[in-house]
Amino acid sequence: MKEPTVRVQKIRKDTVRIRLIIFGTLAILLLICSVFSEYLTPYDPYLQDLANIKAAPSAAHIFGTDRYGRDMLSRVIVGSRTSIYSTLLLVAIITVTGTMIGVFCGWHGKWIDVVLMRISDIFLAFPGLVFALAVAGILEGGLQNAIIALAAISWPKYARIARSQTLAQKETPYLKAVRLSGCSTMKIIIKHILPNIIGPILVTSMLDIGTMMMELAGLSFLGLGAKPPTAEWGSMMSDTRSLLTTVPWVTMAPGIAIFISVMIFNLLGDTIRDYADPKSRGR
Amino acid sequence: MEPILKVENLTKVFTRKGQPDFIAVNHISFEMNQGSCLGLIGESGSGKSTTVNMITRLLDPTEGKIILDGEDITNISGRKLRKVYARMQMVFQTPTDSFDPRCTLGDGIGESLRNNGWARKDTRDEVARLLEVCGLNADFASRYPHQVSGGQCQRAAIARALAIRPKLLICDEATSALDVTVQKEIIALLNELRWKSGSDLSILFICHDIALVQQFCNYVLVMYKGDVVERGEPDEVIRNPANAYTRRLIDSVL
Repeated sequence: MKEPTVRVQKIRKDTVRIRLIIFGTLAILLLICSVFSEYLTPYDPYLQDLANIKAAPSAAHIFGTDRYGRDMLSRVIVGSRTSIYSTLLLVAIITVTGTMIGVFCGWHGKWIDVVLMRISDIFLAFPGLVFALAVAGILEGGLQNAIIALAAISWPKYARIARSQTLAQKETPYLKAVRLSGCSTMKIIIKHILPNIIGPILVTSMLDIGTMMMELAGLSFLGLGAKPPTAEWGSMMSDTRSLLTTVPWVTMAPGIAIFISVMIFNLLGDTIRDYADPKSRGR
Repeated sequence: MEPILKVENLTKVFTRKGQPDFIAVNHISFEMNQGSCLGLIGESGSGKSTTVNMITRLLDPTEGKIILDGEDITNISGRKLRKVYARMQMVFQTPTDSFDPRCTLGDGIGESLRNNGWARKDTRDEVARLLEVCGLNADFASRYPHQVSGGQCQRAAIARALAIRPKLLICDEATSALDVTVQKEIIALLNELRWKSGSDLSILFICHDIALVQQFCNYVLVMYKGDVVERGEPDEVIRNPANAYTRRLIDSVL
C-alpha cells in the first residue's frame, strides 16, 4: 500500500525537476546566444551582398538571404540581442513596478488603494497597443521609448494580481501568527507575503514574455520601435512582409525565432510554477 | 496582585453599507488573574473569536479598554504593539494554516525569538528544546507544515506560542480541528506546561465544549450573541446554570 504512493510522488517530483533543467538550459542558451551574438554570426549581419540577393536556403546561407543579400541566419542571431534583451527588460520593469504597487495597495488599503486601483482601471480600459502607440508616438519612437510605452500600459495587470493575492494572504491564520511574532511590516511583506504570491506573478510574467515580444515587434513594425537597419525580429518580419509570397524564408526565419523563444519561455513559466508550489516538491 | 488581563466594556460593531450595524461583541468586561485559566465558551458566531482578535489587537475594538499586565494596549500600534506580543501569544484553530507554507516549522517557531534579537544559533537550540518540551522530535524543525499531521502541527504551534515566554497564552479553539484522542493529548500538554512554567502562564481558553472547559479552566465565561450571559466557576455553572442558553449548551453535551 505504502510503496506505490511513494513512487508516484517521486516520479512527479523528478519530472518537474527534469523539465526545469531542460527548459532552464534552453532559456539560458538563448540568453547566451543573445549575449555573444556578435561572435556567433557566420557573416556580418549588416553586410550587403547585392550579387546574392533573395538566395534560397543553402549550405552557405541556412536561412537564405534577404533583398539586400544579407545573411538571414546572422541577422536572426544578432536580432536575438535586441528582441530578447528589450523584452526581458520590459517584463522585468512591469513585474517589479506592478507587484510593488499591488502589494502596497493590498496591504495598506484605504484611500491609497482606491486611488491607485482606479488609475489602473483607466489604463486597463484603453486598448493596450493603441495606447502604447500614442505614448510611443509622443515620445518619438525608438526602442527605449517603445519599452516605456509598453511598460506604462502593462503594469496594471501585475498590480491587480499582486493586490488580490495580498488581500487573500492578509486573511490567513499564518499571517496573524506572523504578526503576533512581532515582525515589522517590511519583514512580513518581504519574507512572508512575497514568497507566497510570487508564483502566479512569475508565471504571468513568463507567459507575458511572448506577448511583450509580439507587442514590441508590433511597435517596431509601425516604425515606433527598433529602426532599420537594426536587426530586430519584429521589424525584420514587417520589413520583409511584402516578400512573403515570393521568398518566404526571409519572413520565416525571424518568425521561427520568435516562435521558439516564446515557446521556451512559456514552458519555463509553467515549470517554474509547478516547481514553486511546495506541495509538488514531494513529501 | 495585578490581573494579567483586564477587559473593560469591549465592543465591536461591524458596519456594512446598506445593512444594519452588526454588534459582534457587546460591552463585555472581565479580568484574568496571573496563572489562572479562563474559559470562554459559546456557539459559533457568539463573538468569542472577535473578542480574542481584539485582545491580540489583530482587530481594532470599536469601544472599550484592554489592559495587559497593567499596560493599556487598546490604542498602541507599530513598534510598541510588537513589544506587547512578547507577553501575549496565541494558538490558532487550524494548525496547518497557522504556519507559513513556505517556511519550516523551525523558522515559524523561532521567528518571534529572531525578531527579538536572538542569534541564529541560540534560536536553533531553543527551537529544538521547545519542540522537545511540546513532545516533538527536534528534527521537526526542518519539516514543512504540510508534511506533519494536525496534532503535530498544533504541538509546534504551541511551541511557537511559548517561544518568547509570554505571560498570557490565548488558545482560540486550539483543539477544535483535532480528533478526540489528539485533543486529549493537546489538553494534557497545555496542562503540563501550565504547571511546569511555575504557574506564571495564564491561559485564555476559547472553546465550544463545556466538558473540556470544566476539566481545564478555573473560571468560565459563557458568551451568547455578543454578550457574556453567564460567568463563574465551571462546576458551579454546570450545576445550576442561570441562563437558558447555558442550560441548552450543557444539555447538549452532558
